Amino acid sequence: MTRVKLLQGNEACAEGALYAGCNFFAGYPITPSTEVAEHLARKLPRSGGVFLQMEDEIAAMAAVIGGSLAGCKALTATSGPGFSLKQENLGFAMLTEIPCVVVDVMRGGPSTGVPTGPGQSDIMQCRWGTHGDHPSICLTPAYVEEIFSETVRAFNLSEKYRTPVIVAFDEVVGHMRERIEIPEPGAIPLVGRPRPTCPPSEYLPYDDSRGDVPPMANFFEGYRYHVTGLNHGPDGFPVNASPRIHTDELRLLRKVEGNRGDIVRFAEHRLEDAEVAVFAYGICGRSAKTAVDQARSEGIRAGLFRPLTVWPFPEEQVAALSGRVRRIVVPELSLGQIVLEVDRCAKGRCAVEGIHRVDGDPITPAQILARIREAL
Amino acid sequence: MAFDYGKYIRPGKLPHIWCPGCSYGIVFKSLLRAVDAQGLDPDDIALVSGIGCASRLPGYVDFNTLHTTHGRALAFATGLKMAKPDKHVLVVSGDGDATAIGGNHFIHACRRNIDITLLVFNNFIYGMTGGQYSPSTQPGRFASTMPYGNVDFAFDIPALATGAGATFVARGTAYHAAALDKLIVDAMRHRGFSVVDIVNACPTTYGRRNKFKSPTDMLLWMKDAFVPAAAYAKLSPDEAAGKFPMGVLHRVDGKPEFCEAYYGMVERLKS
Repeated sequence: MTRVKLLQGNEACAEGALYAGCNFFAGYPITPSTEVAEHLARKLPRSGGVFLQMEDEIAAMAAVIGGSLAGCKALTATSGPGFSLKQENLGFAMLTEIPCVVVDVMRGGPSTGVPTGPGQSDIMQCRWGTHGDHPSICLTPAYVEEIFSETVRAFNLSEKYRTPVIVAFDEVVGHMRERIEIPEPGAIPLVGRPRPTCPPSEYLPYDDSRGDVPPMANFFEGYRYHVTGLNHGPDGFPVNASPRIHTDELRLLRKVEGNRGDIVRFAEHRLEDAEVAVFAYGICGRSAKTAVDQARSEGIRAGLFRPLTVWPFPEEQVAALSGRVRRIVVPELSLGQIVLEVDRCAKGRCAVEGIHRVDGDPITPAQILARIREAL
Repeated sequence: MAFDYGKYIRPGKLPHIWCPGCSYGIVFKSLLRAVDAQGLDPDDIALVSGIGCASRLPGYVDFNTLHTTHGRALAFATGLKMAKPDKHVLVVSGDGDATAIGGNHFIHACRRNIDITLLVFNNFIYGMTGGQYSPSTQPGRFASTMPYGNVDFAFDIPALATGAGATFVARGTAYHAAALDKLIVDAMRHRGFSVVDIVNACPTTYGRRNKFKSPTDMLLWMKDAFVPAAAYAKLSPDEAAGKFPMGVLHRVDGKPEFCEAYYGMVERLKS
């Protein structure tokens, strides 16, 4: 069987999940993410996995967490309003440290907005969507092949750090068809959740004495323990006392922020001697690459920084970049979200300027090129 | 010999959070007796809950226990059950948790006929937040958010479950605790979605507002008002006023159970 395929981004996401060992999907139909569910509805029953179309987005997120707690590698996929509905139980998975992957195929607008157009205005929701303080891992692929590999990486990070991971890509990339070569099984190493080695009688589900990621027993394996969405102690039972809540929330944050070296991934293009940098992800990253190449052909020293991990934000990299260039241009399909992070990390060392568009069309290379020219 | 509740209760987790006079402890003990009567291995049982007074119950019990978000317990439980269909999945919920915020999950679990048992601790009020009216508060009753008497209508929870497709529907009360043991056993043994609506007393936030002078008065009301279904069916309309049927109210055997249907499809695809 050939491993070279012509796949849609959403299909590549589903294939990446299967490659990563996903054996549980629960979802709810919503444009433009539905093909992820449809693909898995065909594939999962054939491999003995679970495919569930639940009664709503909230239930789908809950079922995914239940499936994961019973030992499955679990996924849900959604868009727009569905992503808002995921937030409640996304927070539950974060606090209870139950691995799962949430795909958000981003469409335009608030509310029902522009269901069939691309958007990137969920990106702050990916960071801060659920109530309370919480870490976030959010991956932002721009190519069909990258959707595959980043979905695999999302499962690996989720299992390794016992935290939900979001894969966010826009409608254009989700619906685009491109050539993709599916890696041989084993070519991308797979990571499982840390497992307890102690007998059940000694098991503490949130024991952080040996590291920030406690070993995870699955339900029905003889390790009978308690899981609660209340802040809890090492034994999993509710605690509402100082200083445990504070130190434990710091630990949850540290699991992600303290492992930036492992989690933050990005691509650089012609940045070595750049005077102007473009910071862009997803479909904007692709337009930006073309714009940078055109600028170079005009003799303008332009380069591209394209994050594959938006959360945790590549702070060090952007800070360093801001010290080398005169300006960072930030095209995004929102009215100004990720530009704020770039500006925060640049700390005035260079100018930071956004290009914003929310009319359901992508930002064109010409728009970006014009702004690159203006910078000089 | 006295029943040994200690073998199922996690050491050091009592006393429970429930108020003096609350009947949840009675139902809690009935649940433990019902599980014991079936000789189940605690490793094979997941006890799932949402939010509210009843939802604290799993923390006390030495099973695989999962205290989730408000109203969502059945959706979490569906994930657990589908992942491990040979295990026993029990859900405890309050009337608000199960039929207000969790109403959608409730009707769809019934429709799906997934082999999960739902115990609704129905005390006609939101107890944990201090006594707001719920979808099971009867018209005219008082609550902190219906201070002039409830002008809203109530769900008949067993009728709701029956209409939505549950294949085992029963009602018990905290007063009729011995009978409740059997209802829970039968519900758990039933292959399909089973619901037991369990009438409970919340003296603190419901009884005091509704002319029940003591917790005992609430239990005595259960004794008088709840009549075995067969006897209830013979009552004249006048006699039936203020009375409610209890026992097994609806049962369908043979409707395909959801996990069996799904994994049957998986098997068919292999051949």
